[in-house]
Amino acid sequence: MRRAGGTLGLLPAILLALAGCGVEVEGKGDGVPSAASGPAYGDTFIEASIGDIQGLIPSITSDGASHAVGALIYDGLVKRDKDDNIVPHLAESWEISADCLTLTFKLRKDAKWHDGWLFTAADVRFTYETMIHPKTPTAYKEDFLQVKDVEVLDPFTVRVTYPTPYAKALDSWAFYMLPRHLLAGYVQGGNLREAPQNRQPIGNGPYRFVEWKPGEKVVLVANPDYFEGRPFLSRIVYRIIPSQATIFLELKAKGVDYANLTAIQFDRQTNYRAFRKAYHKYQYAGNAYTYFGFNLKDPRFADRRVRQAFAHAIDKQELIDGVVLGLGREATGPYKPGTWAYNPMVARYAYNPARAKALLAEAGWVDRNGDGVLDKDGQPFAFTILTNQGNEERKKIAEIVQQRLREVGVAVEIRTLEWASFIKDFVKKRRFEAIILGWGIGTDPDQYNIWHSSKTGPDELNHISYQNPEVDRLLDLGRASCRREERKKHYERLQEVLAEDQPLIFLYFRDALPVVALRVRGVEPSPNGIMHNFPKWYVPKELQRYTSG
Amino acid sequence: MLLYALRRLALAVPLLIGITFISFFVIQLAPGGPLDFLINPEMPNFDPKFIEAIKQEFDLDKPIHIQYWKWLNRLVRLDFGRSFAPDGRPVLQKIGERLPITLFLNIVEMLVILALAVPIGVLSATRQYSVFDKTTTVFVFVGFATPDFWLALLLMILFGIQLGWLPISGLRDINWEYLSFWRQQWDLLSHLILPIAVATFGGLAGFSRYMRQSMLEVVRQEYIQTARAKGLSEQAVIGKHALRNALLPVVTILGLSLPGLIGGSVIVEWTFAIPGMGQLMVQAVFSRDYPVIMGNLVIVSSLTLFANLLADISYGLVDPRIRVGRRGRR
Repeated sequence: MRRAGGTLGLLPAILLALAGCGVEVEGKGDGVPSAASGPAYGDTFIEASIGDIQGLIPSITSDGASHAVGALIYDGLVKRDKDDNIVPHLAESWEISADCLTLTFKLRKDAKWHDGWLFTAADVRFTYETMIHPKTPTAYKEDFLQVKDVEVLDPFTVRVTYPTPYAKALDSWAFYMLPRHLLAGYVQGGNLREAPQNRQPIGNGPYRFVEWKPGEKVVLVANPDYFEGRPFLSRIVYRIIPSQATIFLELKAKGVDYANLTAIQFDRQTNYRAFRKAYHKYQYAGNAYTYFGFNLKDPRFADRRVRQAFAHAIDKQELIDGVVLGLGREATGPYKPGTWAYNPMVARYAYNPARAKALLAEAGWVDRNGDGVLDKDGQPFAFTILTNQGNEERKKIAEIVQQRLREVGVAVEIRTLEWASFIKDFVKKRRFEAIILGWGIGTDPDQYNIWHSSKTGPDELNHISYQNPEVDRLLDLGRASCRREERKKHYERLQEVLAEDQPLIFLYFRDALPVVALRVRGVEPSPNGIMHNFPKWYVPKELQRYTSG
Repeated sequence: MLLYALRRLALAVPLLIGITFISFFVIQLAPGGPLDFLINPEMPNFDPKFIEAIKQEFDLDKPIHIQYWKWLNRLVRLDFGRSFAPDGRPVLQKIGERLPITLFLNIVEMLVILALAVPIGVLSATRQYSVFDKTTTVFVFVGFATPDFWLALLLMILFGIQLGWLPISGLRDINWEYLSFWRQQWDLLSHLILPIAVATFGGLAGFSRYMRQSMLEVVRQEYIQTARAKGLSEQAVIGKHALRNALLPVVTILGLSLPGLIGGSVIVEWTFAIPGMGQLMVQAVFSRDYPVIMGNLVIVSSLTLFANLLADISYGLVDPRIRVGRRGRR
């Protein structure tokens, strides 16, 4: 009796890079109404999430929703402030030895787990042991495998030592601390996933866990004993709403207080008065960029002039305007504009088809037979761009690129593939000529895994088989120092080399477009997004909507 | 009769094993495996090596026939295994918490469809080619042709936003725990009105058409003529003599749609954010969560087999001719 499902707009839950760095944030609301008293406790904050969480020990999950929830339940030793600096959190201070090999943390003495146990140095060591345990199913081992030892000097002092300087050392301790008294047995037994903690976590963060109804909602309440003071918003509800269209309707009906908009919703569908009176829209560069990459093993693309020619043939601004309605920022390298490692002074490739043709001619590609397609040694310049099915954005990019390259005499075909098979059978096996894909960027500028020539193996991340001795050297230097000024030098040079070399064409960083209910105050837009001071968000007493809870 | 039922039941076992065998191999044909979805290939800070450890834990490093054998061995002890998702929960638990809402939703939907389709079918048949027949024909076909998700969005906009009468999505209000008992019931009901309306509108066409068709055939029968000739009122002819016989094929279809009751309606659950079986299954398929997919499959196919058996047996009970015929063959 039931009809077979028609076209479903079901995209695999898109993983949002959470912690991250950003550039300026533009508020686009009506401003803050006048009738507002000061910070007050209370009210419920409802967030919409398209995917359910996978579990409540975020160290062993890899989806965005689990980490958004986990970040409120668990704290790390350090955290990132609004300007993206590393600041004390569970550790009140730290010392780094001159040789970058030892890191000594002094812990706060007033931090408690939600069940009343004191958070101590033993938990720090336990977290380390958990992360490196061979049976712990985590994708975040790498940072902890670099550690030589974690010693408990006294209950509130921990010393971490590294065999060689490790740039990400301090940053890596922003990771979720785990409670030793609840998990020790499960880590040893190798069944961490089955621990009650994964269903009903006892954390040490600003919010306590209340309930998780799979597929429906996750509920948290403010932790009254939080060491930075009780958070203002009393209750947080993550409603799981798989359909983006439904989330948007819930926003219109004021059923949710926080959601991420799509470009078209942001640009075209939320500019009416009632919406502006209910929500504040934010816009800042997201933590991922889209690129047009080549298989550098292919002799045609191994020639740098060809890649530079393509960069000249493509108008990045046209892509941003056409594909994400202008809600994105041009990428000139793998770092986000506004972050400390970003270098704006690199070679740029203005849209210039004549220059593109000249470069291609220099590389030997000329239309000798007059068919409109360049050729060399009797072979026409024709190739196929692969990208994943169901991603309209990438499909549009491919179409615009196809048209622009045709104008300089290069014939391009487009093929879209199912996600899993695209990655597994084509990208990982290097069976492609060109691809349109993206890279997420983390909090640290180390990008060894993507660009180093030692990472070109089948399951490794240097998909395009890029090999450049200078890049290798810069990546090695960049991850071997713990001083930001020194690292900055190397990464700035890295960007110059990449811009010159164009191993792939960096297209753009798409903007993150969240909206927050206007009754919520204390939101501080920053280069690091808006979530950095979430426990300080509040609703003035007279504007509170939900009294229970 | 009992012997017949037992024999059919015994035959169902190898059939079920065959179904699981084929399914187990077929789902492996989909590109990518469960491990390919554990990490986002566009996030460079994920360590791909941890996949190896998980592979062993889930036995995914073993050949498929061994995986199947192990799975089957657990199944006969009614152990459906644990989900591959990071929550690692038993499959039965995952299905168990989703089943009630889907069952409830689909049973109500089925009842509403029957309550509407039977009278529509009967009236259309008895007034064939009348204005009523033509309008309902158009109406049910419009329902059949309307995409669920589109209708759902329109209704959400109308009742949820413009009129503000009904909630848009979900099952319960945010403050459900704090409502009085009767308010809770009303709240749940108000959340279900739109999903049920959408699902009903889509499913109405099938049943009402079957009903109409079957009724048209029955009213042409001689015994209806006889009934009329006896001087019975039209009401008695249609309501008593014709309807009962016309319902027979509809009962068959009803039996066959039993397994669908637990399958859940993917689009309705997806659009209205209802955490039912349809959502669970779609997510399991997308993440290649084999234990959950297989668990669901075993339950649905057992139910289908059971429903078939039930339909066959009830045929015999309802229709004396079949009962007699079977005995005659023996």
